[in-house]
Formats: sequence, structure tokens, C-alpha cells
Amino acid sequence: MPNLALACTALLRRDLTLALRHRGEMANPLLFFVLVVSLFPLGLGPESHTLQTIAPGVIWVAALLAALLSLEGIFRSDFEDGSLEQLLLSPHPAALLVLTKVIAHWLVSGLPLILVAPLLGVLLHLPQAAMGALLATLTLGTPVLSLIGAIGVALTVGLRRGGVLLSLLVLPLYVPVLIFASSAVSDAGIGLAITAQLYFLGALLALALTLAPLAAAAALRISVS
Amino acid sequence: MDSTTANAPDRFEALDLHCVRHDRTLFAGLSFSLAPGQILQIEGPNGSGKTSLLRMLCGLLQPAQGEVRWRGLDIQAQRAEFLADVAYVGHLQGIKEDLTPRENLRMVQSLGRARTSISLDQALAQVGLYGFEDLPSRTLSAGQRRRVALARLLVLDARVWVLDEPFTALDRAGKALIESLLEMHSRNDGIAVLTTHQPVGLTQCALLSLQLAA
Repeated sequence: MPNLALACTALLRRDLTLALRHRGEMANPLLFFVLVVSLFPLGLGPESHTLQTIAPGVIWVAALLAALLSLEGIFRSDFEDGSLEQLLLSPHPAALLVLTKVIAHWLVSGLPLILVAPLLGVLLHLPQAAMGALLATLTLGTPVLSLIGAIGVALTVGLRRGGVLLSLLVLPLYVPVLIFASSAVSDAGIGLAITAQLYFLGALLALALTLAPLAAAAALRISVS
Repeated sequence: MDSTTANAPDRFEALDLHCVRHDRTLFAGLSFSLAPGQILQIEGPNGSGKTSLLRMLCGLLQPAQGEVRWRGLDIQAQRAEFLADVAYVGHLQGIKEDLTPRENLRMVQSLGRARTSISLDQALAQVGLYGFEDLPSRTLSAGQRRRVALARLLVLDARVWVLDEPFTALDRAGKALIESLLEMHSRNDGIAVLTTHQPVGLTQCALLSLQLAA
């Protein structure tokens, strides 16, 4: 009988290989993230207090938009070349294959954001004490962005111009992540406890991890039919 | 075991299928029953619902009414079992342009039920792609890419083949290749459903035909 673990690893490796062969596309969201954040000190002046106050919000809004920018890539090319049909015709549970694809997408688009975020924090004079919170919220939050985004892309991938619709669908769902994450980073900066926000982000991640693949798989079935 | 299962051990059946696309009824009350070894060619003018029918047969499209049965059971009720038995080659090739034919086929094998008796290179050689195994599929011609897609039939251990216009972009040798694959499949008690506007030259097995009205 077909082996599920084998199928998921093969799919993960395929998507990472494809991303590696399109390095330029892969760098786009990261470049966008760095550019947007680094424009703020230029626009607002190098005064450290202002930058410090807006840093958590700026970094998180930029991360959110960068995630939005990269979303289409999860299913678009698979939809266009028919790989998506074949994926849905696999005897394996579609939700798990979808989850594998989202993980691959996060490794390529979300993980790099986490890696450069501390540098951008320094650029915006983010206090040392908030650095840990920034990394923790990004680690918990960016997978949620990819998972929720996958539902939106799955719904709109069949439309010729789904871009705007995708933002409208997905952005409201991103708002809780943004609120909890940026408030956690701000609070950590002034020495407050942030466990509550982290628990909320963790809960959102658990919820997205379990439900989003099911929703996305169902949406994909509608999109290909 | 209930009577339908007993009477139809390995039958692939369509029961009273209705297809409605964009508020237009393409066909209604379509039924057929295929026994192991039978090959069905679906004919009909453009827009008569051939592709929709094929997508229904492999479960990509929900029929407006009716059901598709494999081994006596509705395919929706036994998705995983049915999908392990089916291989679909559609209008879209389902191959990645940036992967080599070999990488593409490896992916096909790991997603479905692999045929163990043939290696990927043997399969590629059999569809006439010997020497092209490691080139990006993007650099292949349309006909060669079609052959990569059709190699799926060789590397998967599928009982039911669903082929949408398999001869598109293929040369005469390619067409003969598909015909020989179909004959081999029929000898192995496989079932195939295909659409094409070209005459299919099968000498060793019977070809059933179904006409869809405009």
C-alpha cells in the first residue's frame, strides 16, 4: 500500500528543490521585509525613542505583508501545471499533503524572516529585552500566517485575478496574530510579562495547524472542479 | 457480501450520471459498466462534456446526480482505495517544468501506488525518453512532455486508466506506443476510459465506444 510518510517527505523535498531552483522568487518576500523595515528610520529620522516605540508594530506589519506577498506561491504553479489535480488524486489524505506543502512554504518564506528579524530590531533600536519576544512571536506567528493564507489561496487559486480577493479574505484573519504579537514585543521591551500573549499565539498556532489543512484541502477540491 | 459486490467483482461503473456546468446540462442519465480488460472510448463534439465526464470518473468533479462505482461501491465512499487503483492523465500534464523527467516520475510514484516491476529509467526508456532523464522538463518538446506524463501509467500500479486526449501532441510512433500500452493494460485485466477524436487502432482487444451528444 502507498506509504504516507514517504509521500510527505518526497513532496517536501520536491517543493524545496523547486524553491531552490527559483532562488530569485524565494528572495522576494525577504527582500520586501528588509526594505520596508529599513525605510522607516529613513522616513522618521534616526531618533531612537520614536523608532523604539514603533519597532514591534513595524516589524510585524512588514512580516505580515511579506507573508501575504509570498502566499500565491503555495498552490498557484501547481494549479497551473496540473500537479494539484494529481495531488488530490493521490490516495493519501489531501489535508496532510496540503500541510506538507504549507510547511515547505513556511521553511522557504517564513523562516528567513525570523532569521533576519534581530538585525532589523537593532536597526530600529529595539531594546535587548524585547529581542527574545520578537523571535518567539515570529516563531509562533509566521506558521499561522502561512496556514491561514493557505486557505485563502486554496479558495482563490481558480480565479484569474484572485490577488485582491486573497488580501481581503486573509488580512482580517491575520489581525489577531498581529495584535498579540506586537503587544508581546512592546511589553517585553518595557519589562512586562508576555506569557499571556505567547499562550494566545500558541493556541492560534495549534488551531491553525489542526484545522487549516482540512479547510484548505476542501477549498482545493472546489477550486479544481 | 451483498449481491452487487458479488456480481461485479472488479467492475468500473457509471450509474445515471448527470453533468451540469454553468447552468447547462451537458449530459444526463449516462450509465456504463466496464469489466476487467475492457477499454472505452468516449466520443463527442467539443463542449459535449467529455473532459467533465472523465473528471467525474476519477472523483475530481462531483456529478450533479448519479454515482461512479468501483468494485460495486461508490468511489466517494472508498476514496483512498479507489484512488490507489486509478491513474489519470488530463489536459494538464501534471509535471513540474523545473524538475527532470526522472524527478517527476519519482514524485508520481511516491504519491500513488508504485509498480515495483519497473524502474523509473526503464519506464522513461519505454516511452522513448532514453537520454532525456536528467534534463529539466522545460527543455523538452510538447510531445516529449506528454510522454513524461504518460509514463505515469507505467510507474503506477493502477487498475483503471482515465486518459483525456492521450494522443495530443504525440507523433505517429507515440500514438502507436499508447495503443500498445492500452493493449498490454487490457491483457493484464486493466480497465481504461479515454477520449480522443482520432481512430484508436487496437488489434488485440475490443474497443467499446460511447457517444456523447452535443
